[in-house]
Amino acid sequence: MTGGTGTGPDEGALRALVPRVLAGLVRRGEDFDAAEDALQEALLEALRTWPDHPPRDPRAWLTTVAVRRLVDARRSEAARYRREEATYAEPRPVAAEEGDDTLFLLFCCCHPELTPASQVALTLRAVGGLTTREIADAFFVPETTMAQRISRAKGILRGRRLDQPGDLAVVLRVLYLVYAAGHAGRIDLTVEAIRLARQLTLATDEPEARGLLALMLLNHARLPARFDTEGRIVTLDRQDRSRWDSREIAEGVRVLQSALAAQRFGRYQIEAAIAALHDDAAVAAETDWPQILSWYDDLVALSGDPVRQDPAAVLGRAVAVGHALGATAGLRETDRLREVIGDRYRWHAVRGHLYELGGDLPAAAAAYAEAARRATNVAERDHLVRQAARAGAAA
Amino acid sequence: MAKYLLLKHYRGGPDAYRPEVPPMDQWAPEDVEAHMAFLHHVSDLLEKNGEFVDARALTPKQTWVRYGGPDAAPVTTDGPLPETSDLVAGWYMIDVESYERAVELAAYVSSEPGPGGTPLYEWIDIREVMSGAPAED
Repeated sequence: MTGGTGTGPDEGALRALVPRVLAGLVRRGEDFDAAEDALQEALLEALRTWPDHPPRDPRAWLTTVAVRRLVDARRSEAARYRREEATYAEPRPVAAEEGDDTLFLLFCCCHPELTPASQVALTLRAVGGLTTREIADAFFVPETTMAQRISRAKGILRGRRLDQPGDLAVVLRVLYLVYAAGHAGRIDLTVEAIRLARQLTLATDEPEARGLLALMLLNHARLPARFDTEGRIVTLDRQDRSRWDSREIAEGVRVLQSALAAQRFGRYQIEAAIAALHDDAAVAAETDWPQILSWYDDLVALSGDPVRQDPAAVLGRAVAVGHALGATAGLRETDRLREVIGDRYRWHAVRGHLYELGGDLPAAAAAYAEAARRATNVAERDHLVRQAARAGAAA
Repeated sequence: MAKYLLLKHYRGGPDAYRPEVPPMDQWAPEDVEAHMAFLHHVSDLLEKNGEFVDARALTPKQTWVRYGGPDAAPVTTDGPLPETSDLVAGWYMIDVESYERAVELAAYVSSEPGPGGTPLYEWIDIREVMSGAPAED
């Protein structure tokens, strides 16, 4: 995301205003749907007019123009128009905390009645300030489809009371979904997710919010080493660790430590702790697997029936068991998951890894091949095919 | 979220539920109209739901091509492999929350009206579209 064209308004600064202006409108009783539309129009007008007529107070300008749009849309009478415009244009006596606005909007956008895809889309638009076009590009769907998805989501919110505190767990999941969507098209959603998570940590003291931010930072730090110049996946044990972003790791560790200090552990903090231990090893052989395993013990302990409720955690733990206690023990752990995720590529991929760790290359090759057949991602599929061929040739 | 291709085949798929259904050019005109109107309706519905990615129809002319070897022209034929000569007629590409939703939509497509307005029960081939590079380890 570059800034403006030099003379234009700084896009980042403009987008940072979006949640604050929108939250202000919704808090004052405007319909979320209509307010969001009006603000989008105001943003377009800002991009058009600010290069020649920069406003003294960008936030007040956006609010005023959005309100004018809202009032136009309602075709209200002139008297009301003037009255409302005057009211809104007044500077607010005490600026509300920026964090409050962000949290409030995130709760709106991550309303439990919306589907995950709608929550993601709405969050990126209303809180992230992305255009519908940018969101559509990031998810490889036509702009009209994304517009329709956003419009339906807003339709569901219409008439809902949006003043209740929302479900923070849903917000965290939505931000993680944004992160996991990765870098597609012009918009890097990993960066966007980190930006939103950082905003969230300013808005709430909940340690899991900081845990999520730490997890994103600690994983993101390794991204530069994750693919080679041909776009091939490079596994953690073979990555060039000098390419990891040490500044991001340092920040991630700092954020994680402040979260853990609250002594209320949750899954994001635990996953971040595991990521931090990986990041901490100067070479793969120095990875502290026993400690990683103990964090995985904590992670699976969060669920009453982890095999069914959190198979991904059990699978991650199986890898740690394999490294800490031996490949056979690790494979035995994966056996417990056969019924639940035995048809998923990741289960086969982990088994391939554990077989290879134990020196059983023919079994590793077969497991990698099974995994490749089930992969739903081109880079993963290609990687697994190569792993299968490599293990098979060495067997 | 994942994208799926819902593939439509000209002859009702590999194991047609209603093999007695003649080609569409032999249907009553109003049945043809109803069928086509339904297909448009599916596109509209997908768009309205925010699930639409693409919808395409293919012409039935099929040419198979292979490398002819050094200094030789490409080899072409209209059907070297009888067992795979089943023609793809077109597709919908959808972007949906789940595999279950893709199945539901495919079944709906398959309810398209045939001769006499009764469902065609055409087999729809669902294929998941692989995504690009993931951000997760």
